[in-house]
Amino acid sequence: MNKARHNPLNSGLAHLALLTYTAIALFPVAVILINSFKTRKAIFGAPLALPDAQSFSLIGYQTVMKQGDFFLYFQNSMIVTVVSLGLILLFGAMAAFALSEYRFRGNTLMGLYLALGIMIPIRIGTVAILQMMVATGLVNTLAALILVYTAQGLPLAVFILSEFMRQVSDDLKNAGRIDGMSEYAIFFRLVLPLVRPAMATVAVFNMIPIWNDLWFPLILAPSEATKTLTLGSQVFIGQFVTDWNAVLSALSLAILPVLVLYVIFSRQLIRGITSGAVK
Amino acid sequence: MTALSLERISKSFGPVEVLKDIDLEVSEGEFVVFVGPSGCGKSTLLRVIAGLEDATSGRVRIGGRDVTATPPAKRGIAMVFQSYALYPHLDVRGNMTLGLKQAGEAKATIDERVAVAARMLSLEGYLERRPAELSGGQRQRVAIGRAIVRKPELFLFDEPLSNLDAALRMATRVEIARLHRELGASMIYVTHDQTEAMTLADRIVVLRDGRVEQVGSPMDLYNDPDNQFVAGFLGAPSMNFLPSAALGLPGAVTGIRPEQMSISGDGPVAGTVTHVERLGGDTNLLVATGMPAPGDTLTVRLFGQHAHEVGETVRLGFARDGAYAFDSEGRRLR
Repeated sequence: MNKARHNPLNSGLAHLALLTYTAIALFPVAVILINSFKTRKAIFGAPLALPDAQSFSLIGYQTVMKQGDFFLYFQNSMIVTVVSLGLILLFGAMAAFALSEYRFRGNTLMGLYLALGIMIPIRIGTVAILQMMVATGLVNTLAALILVYTAQGLPLAVFILSEFMRQVSDDLKNAGRIDGMSEYAIFFRLVLPLVRPAMATVAVFNMIPIWNDLWFPLILAPSEATKTLTLGSQVFIGQFVTDWNAVLSALSLAILPVLVLYVIFSRQLIRGITSGAVK
Repeated sequence: MTALSLERISKSFGPVEVLKDIDLEVSEGEFVVFVGPSGCGKSTLLRVIAGLEDATSGRVRIGGRDVTATPPAKRGIAMVFQSYALYPHLDVRGNMTLGLKQAGEAKATIDERVAVAARMLSLEGYLERRPAELSGGQRQRVAIGRAIVRKPELFLFDEPLSNLDAALRMATRVEIARLHRELGASMIYVTHDQTEAMTLADRIVVLRDGRVEQVGSPMDLYNDPDNQFVAGFLGAPSMNFLPSAALGLPGAVTGIRPEQMSISGDGPVAGTVTHVERLGGDTNLLVATGMPAPGDTLTVRLFGQHAHEVGETVRLGFARDGAYAFDSEGRRLR
């Protein structure tokens, strides 16, 4: 193992494979970024060329800033994503703790029931969800989106976190009990810090689909005041004419916050994914 | 006064009965060791005493107080775990003081107790370190320190030495014995290692399949076991068991400790040496006899160094008064 790792040919090939994959993954993002700074003509003339003095243009960004309340969409997306993530992590971790820590009747059944949500897509229930939101008067509120995304994220969160929480030493929790810590203190002060890598994994896995989702904002909260960034960007895509400058600029802007959140979580994420492998 | 009394403690997990009707009294200042093979229920019993598991039936009294329904923190106990179970995010001082802070002790009292415990365990230089920066032995001392500062009526040790290497284990064993003398506290210690049990205990409780097999001082159990299980469990290397009929002795099975056996030209048992262990101080021979199990391989412990070789044919003798007779159920015939 050690010998193989120091073999320059092997490590060169490994790096080549990884670099190729990185290039493939980054290509679409790069194309969007490059073209968002070009004139419309340059976008179609030479889509892969970098913007030069002649083709450079901020027209896309200017359109985005002028048309629609872009900052409000931004804020809506941020609120929905962050609050949903917070709720998923909080309730997911609590449910996972209960499932992994306590013996009670129906424990396994409850675990299975929660895991069902991983297999059945929530969009199947869209009509019923819409009816419920109408009945409760939550249509066109951010709360509607937050509730749906929390429900969507919980199954996987509970599944991953309960696996990790089973690995937290029983002795440690018992030591806390003998020292007089309440079950809540044990959960928040002993167990949560130890499963932080798993929490980051869950956060990243949930963050991207919520941020990018078009379906539920379109159905549950299409009003001007509650539009999310993804839905807001759709105004530039028309049936007959599409303002590509604006679309690309809007998408470029939409990438930024996800990137920032990812950087925050990534170190923990990598530890979470590899924790099983390097024990 | 009794430090701990257990009355008819039973515990089942679903249909599995782990503890069956256990009665036990521990007097104040006594060092009691629970010993038994893995799965015998000794750790479960300790957790029932600590309040980490509820007994299915029976009562637990600590210091005369019925604590059957009392949460662990209020039972007047402290526990040392096999995996140390130190709080990873707190330094040594934080680990030792958490329990006292939760109990609302005054800061001056806490500081004083930490200072005393740190001196006792030579941890003075390490109070600001985190568990990750300590060696295994130091971590175990912190875990013991965390127990000491609580000034419990009863100390509970759950296999505290299993994670340490052999040299450290010996040193920590001596340390625990010294602490017991200095503190004069009542202690219950769980182990599967009969050497730890023999060297530390005032009294040993031998458990098997959730039942108490025998209770007594180490030498009582060694010299006068009630049954074949206790006889075989205590003592290393463990006792040899031979079919009595082959020797013309009473009972179904005859037990002879390896040190009671000898190589003698006119001994009653013949066999071939299959393995020789030379330890310097003594020499252990494994001898295949051709008798039915468990008498097919016998261990002979000879003091000093001997020149026996593998493959050699020997005859084994033993002192008649060193032989224990057991009936077919494994009960001792006296």
